[in-house]
Amino acid sequence: MMDINDSETQLDEPLAPKRTRLEEFWRLFKQNRLAILGLVFFIIFFCAALIGLTLTAGANPVFDPALVRLQEKLRPPLAKPNLDSLLPSEIPTLGLYLFGTDDLGRDVFARMLQGAWVSLTVGFVAVGIAVIIGIFMGGIAGYYGQRHIRVDQLIIAALFILGAVSLIAGLVFVSSAFFICAAAGIWVSLYVGNSVKETSAALWKRFWHKNTLSIDTVIMRFVDIMLCFPSFFLILTVVALLPASIYNIMIVIGLTSWMGTTRFVRAEFLSLREQDFVAAARALGLNNFRIIFRHMMPNAVAPVLVSATIGIASAILTEAGLSFLGFGVPPPHATWGNILSDGKRFIFDAPWLTFVPGIAILIVVLSFNLFGEGLRDVLNPKLRERQ
Amino acid sequence: MLSFIGRSIIQKIVTLFFVSIVSFLIIHLAPGEPSQVDPLNPKFTPEMVERFREAFHLDQPLYVQYLYFYRDLFTGKTISWKDNQSVLKKIWERFLNSLPLFIVGTILTWTISFPVGIRSAIFRGDFYDRSATFFSYLLISIPGFFFAYILIIFVVTHFHVPVIGMETFGIGDTSWSHIAMDRIWHLLLPSILGATAGIAVLSRYVRSQMLEVEGQDYVRTAKAKGLSPDQVHYKHALRNALLPFVTMFGLILPGLIGGSVIIESIFSWPGMGRMAYEAILARDYPVILTVNFVSAVLVLAGTFISDLLYLVVDPRIRL
Repeated sequence: MMDINDSETQLDEPLAPKRTRLEEFWRLFKQNRLAILGLVFFIIFFCAALIGLTLTAGANPVFDPALVRLQEKLRPPLAKPNLDSLLPSEIPTLGLYLFGTDDLGRDVFARMLQGAWVSLTVGFVAVGIAVIIGIFMGGIAGYYGQRHIRVDQLIIAALFILGAVSLIAGLVFVSSAFFICAAAGIWVSLYVGNSVKETSAALWKRFWHKNTLSIDTVIMRFVDIMLCFPSFFLILTVVALLPASIYNIMIVIGLTSWMGTTRFVRAEFLSLREQDFVAAARALGLNNFRIIFRHMMPNAVAPVLVSATIGIASAILTEAGLSFLGFGVPPPHATWGNILSDGKRFIFDAPWLTFVPGIAILIVVLSFNLFGEGLRDVLNPKLRERQ
Repeated sequence: MLSFIGRSIIQKIVTLFFVSIVSFLIIHLAPGEPSQVDPLNPKFTPEMVERFREAFHLDQPLYVQYLYFYRDLFTGKTISWKDNQSVLKKIWERFLNSLPLFIVGTILTWTISFPVGIRSAIFRGDFYDRSATFFSYLLISIPGFFFAYILIIFVVTHFHVPVIGMETFGIGDTSWSHIAMDRIWHLLLPSILGATAGIAVLSRYVRSQMLEVEGQDYVRTAKAKGLSPDQVHYKHALRNALLPFVTMFGLILPGLIGGSVIIESIFSWPGMGRMAYEAILARDYPVILTVNFVSAVLVLAGTFISDLLYLVVDPRIRL
């Protein structure tokens, strides 16, 4: 007994990985200087957004982004406040206007801090929504894709959708009729499914259970449909029609940008489900849920992570563009886009109103892009083997 | 081949049908009604609103509105709610304005990104490659509107030329060369801005394609048998690396109508994007839906063309 154990440890010793996965990851990541730079800026931005949220919120904030000092308007960056003309409560906390003031004499530094949180949450929430939908749809398409939808299921789903649509359109009576039909459909299909022996029902059953489209086809055609819309135009339309709120923007950006993730996850799942470890997991009798989330998802997550990082960058850009056009967060609240949009009228007199938010957006988006590309290199298994 | 064409055309038509339904639902299920756009306007009496609703079938159920709208669209009779003009005519006029921007932007994108990408691939890892990489990330990350203002400040303060609009306001009767130069100056900045993101993305893509081909065995063979570097790079490698880009000609088609809302707003350029933006603000549903529909048609046509081009160009694909 002792012998066997000894020999096993001897065998294991040279084979055991010298570094953990995380250490290996970090070692590769360190070599990419641009990606490190991106990570550093990302952390700075994250801290700034958190600090900005705590210091600019509340009834009596440390930095008040909404405080109007008309006598101090359009002061350049690093200007000292004119102490004679200000009330003690109006003196900026830092003792100077770090990024200058805008046309109403509001402190741009405080407004930038407030706006950082908007950019951060829009980026993360929108991409979070997109990734969740993408993983869900892609996972179903990749794992269950070969199954077919039967005629009865198709009819029931169609009835439910029609019911929901007419409910939204305000036709309560019609929608309840559709829902009753759908419930009846469920009952019929269960009934027909159970009564196998009756010969008179055989024809019906064959019709009801006829395979139509595969799940994969349905989901991927839906992705194709969504890709037909010009995305910024669609987002603009929806945001303009809905009441102005930051949550609407997050949701709309999320709902219009999940298609890429779906494609990645589906492609990964299609190749993973044929591999031996999935077959082994299935042979062990694990349920589908566990196979998908514990065994397949960790292997499919690398491209999703990369596209999510780059997605955050583009969500921040989209939000800035929307704010710039005057949609989105209602005015007194500052976002980087609307600081720039307000400042464009003073572009020659007060260029800092354009440059401060513009450069901030540029740096944040650039850091996310660089970090994402660094992740792509590190998570690429081909590269890992080579080194 | 024929069966492939037939199948994909049918598939695209089905997709288009669903796109038309989805876009119609998105617009019409959003809260608020177009007849309530301007409640403060004294001309909008309840009778006017009622007549308006009746004239544009807004009092009918949604599916009837849907049928009316697409019947009008296919017979070319759709009219804008804002000014009662034919939508297709309006779009055509704006399209002609956007066309020069699109053409110049596309030419800039394709002529700049190829040399940059190829050079980066050939001199992989040296200073030129690294700075090109960094600049392409910079160009992807810069917000278009911010870049626009940087360029405006630069051009206006250094060259003293006006750049907003399609031509200088009230330029009047001057020599044709003056007018031509004026048009070119006005065209230049918006097209550069429209091309920046494209240049950055495409040059990265060219670089990665080229790198992939440069690693192939036949390129090593070509080097080994003593061909000059130019011949290896441009005759053996480049020709094969170009293959995927042929298909991209189809994919630039949607850019024809997309226009850039932001850039056209900044430069007061009366193009497609600006018209779409104004239509959104005015809740001019026929214009919004038509722009959406036309752009969906262009996307589908673009993918179809790129599939066909792939078939023609790549002998390895056989149906």
